[in-house]
Amino acid sequence: MKRKLKKSSMNLFYVPALAVMLVFIGLPLLNGVKLSFFKWNGYSQNMTWTGLSNYGDMFSDKNLRVSFLNTLLYGFGSMFLENILGLLAALFVNSRFKGHTAVRTFVYMPIMISSLVMGYIMYYFVQFDHGILNEILGWFGREPVDWLADASRGRILITVINSWQYCGTSMVLYLAGLQGIPDLYYEAAQIDGASVMQRFRRITMPLLVPAISSAVVINLIGSLKLNDIIISLTNGGPAQKTHSLSTYISYAYFRIERAGYASAIGVFMFAFILAVSMVANRYFRKREVEY
Amino acid sequence: MAGKTSVAVKKRKRKNWWKYPVAVLIIFITILPLYVLIEMSLKRPTDLASRLSWPTYVYIDNYIKVLRDSNLLNAYKNTMLVTASVIAIEVFCGCLAAYPLARKQTRFNEVVRSVIMAVMMVPAVSVLVGVYSILVNLNGINTYWALILVTSAFGLPLSIYLYSNYIVAIPRALDDAARIDGANYFQCFWHIILPQLKPVTATVIIMKGINAWNDYLYPMYIMQKPKMYTIVLVIKQFFSESSTDLHGAAACCLLGMLPILGLYISLNKYFIKGAVDSAVK
Repeated sequence: MKRKLKKSSMNLFYVPALAVMLVFIGLPLLNGVKLSFFKWNGYSQNMTWTGLSNYGDMFSDKNLRVSFLNTLLYGFGSMFLENILGLLAALFVNSRFKGHTAVRTFVYMPIMISSLVMGYIMYYFVQFDHGILNEILGWFGREPVDWLADASRGRILITVINSWQYCGTSMVLYLAGLQGIPDLYYEAAQIDGASVMQRFRRITMPLLVPAISSAVVINLIGSLKLNDIIISLTNGGPAQKTHSLSTYISYAYFRIERAGYASAIGVFMFAFILAVSMVANRYFRKREVEY
Repeated sequence: MAGKTSVAVKKRKRKNWWKYPVAVLIIFITILPLYVLIEMSLKRPTDLASRLSWPTYVYIDNYIKVLRDSNLLNAYKNTMLVTASVIAIEVFCGCLAAYPLARKQTRFNEVVRSVIMAVMMVPAVSVLVGVYSILVNLNGINTYWALILVTSAFGLPLSIYLYSNYIVAIPRALDDAARIDGANYFQCFWHIILPQLKPVTATVIIMKGINAWNDYLYPMYIMQKPKMYTIVLVIKQFFSESSTDLHGAAACCLLGMLPILGLYISLNKYFIKGAVDSAVK
């Protein structure tokens, strides 16, 4: 008995960490599920039980549908762009030339800047009056464009800027993957007369699958949660058309004061991201090769 | 032989020439936003010359104004306090929790482990309503402890994951030897495991430090009084309230981001290692 007690006493070590997570994530999660069944403005004492009506409202809310589609665009669009840019950067940095570490340092650098602040910095570029993009258009005799006045242009800017800022993560993962591939394989293929493209398709890509799977999952989950840069670039506008699920939750809670509804969207978003990450992980687990 | 290699090197050099313009272009694109911030912050607010041009004079009043009128200095203090506390909690609770999870692979601990991994997937914003209403009840709005604990809670899963992966690789024989000598679990952890955790602790400090420094969502809702603002919130205030003073805002941005950029430039090897280590699916 005494021995058993002693053995499990080691488990006491994770009590502090679990306690913090329980109080500030577990309870809020349950609290959020509870609130999603109520009509509540977020601060008053009156809460009315409305059953599933908040969830029902989600189907008829046009803004929410747009936010959800935007979330998919931001998530999958950024994932593709980040992976392509990251892979190109990694292949470039990995090829031997002087100053490749400087390139690596600079590609990763934008990640140091808060993405909220990055959005504000981009304001110097996309502003209508004196913005740098419009100045460049002017050089070619084009009319200035009000970049953020149009929702689809706003969405593309958000996706592109986010992908550029965070492509360093994929680059770093691909670099680690590339450096793990033995040179021997390339030499053997070269002797057999394989072209550069063939070597890339038959050696690099298959052996890079573990790196690709980490990069895809990390980028996808990260971009599906996209929040800060939307706040600073468009703040969901024009006409609530560039919101993601994240920013729409804050909007529903603090702007239109529908806390119950915001919780319902939160529950949905949580379930959605959990499902996506499980599917993505399973998909890639089957495709990893040993070498 | 020597002649042969030098020919090969020359050949490779000739083949590599296109890489230099590409490298310069990549670096240029990254530097451009910083360049714009710097030259904007040095220009007079009335200067409407192109934003790509470097000023012919130096106007430091933007900086003086930022330091005098905004509460940036106070925000430095708040941000550093919050970041340091978050790091301390995540390092301490993280490695402590990782020890039993790495050493005792019971079924119960497997469940705990997968719960922690699932928590990593929880989008912070999806529990916003729940967290906020609990904090209001606990009088946590506008307090340091609320922001510190909420940020730590969301960061702990990654820290536990990193530590437990690292501890698994430490030979168990070391623990066993100490146990035979009569050390209890805590002594074992303190004297055997802890001293070996320096590299992974560097990763945790870097990755979680960047997050805490740059975080926006929870600081925004928890720190509502200007006295409690973090740096990111001061920068936001500059852009959203006085959008006419883009020059002062540029100075504020630069001052706010300078510490982290400086650290990155001087320690970038460790930052990149940290990014690779913390790639969790």
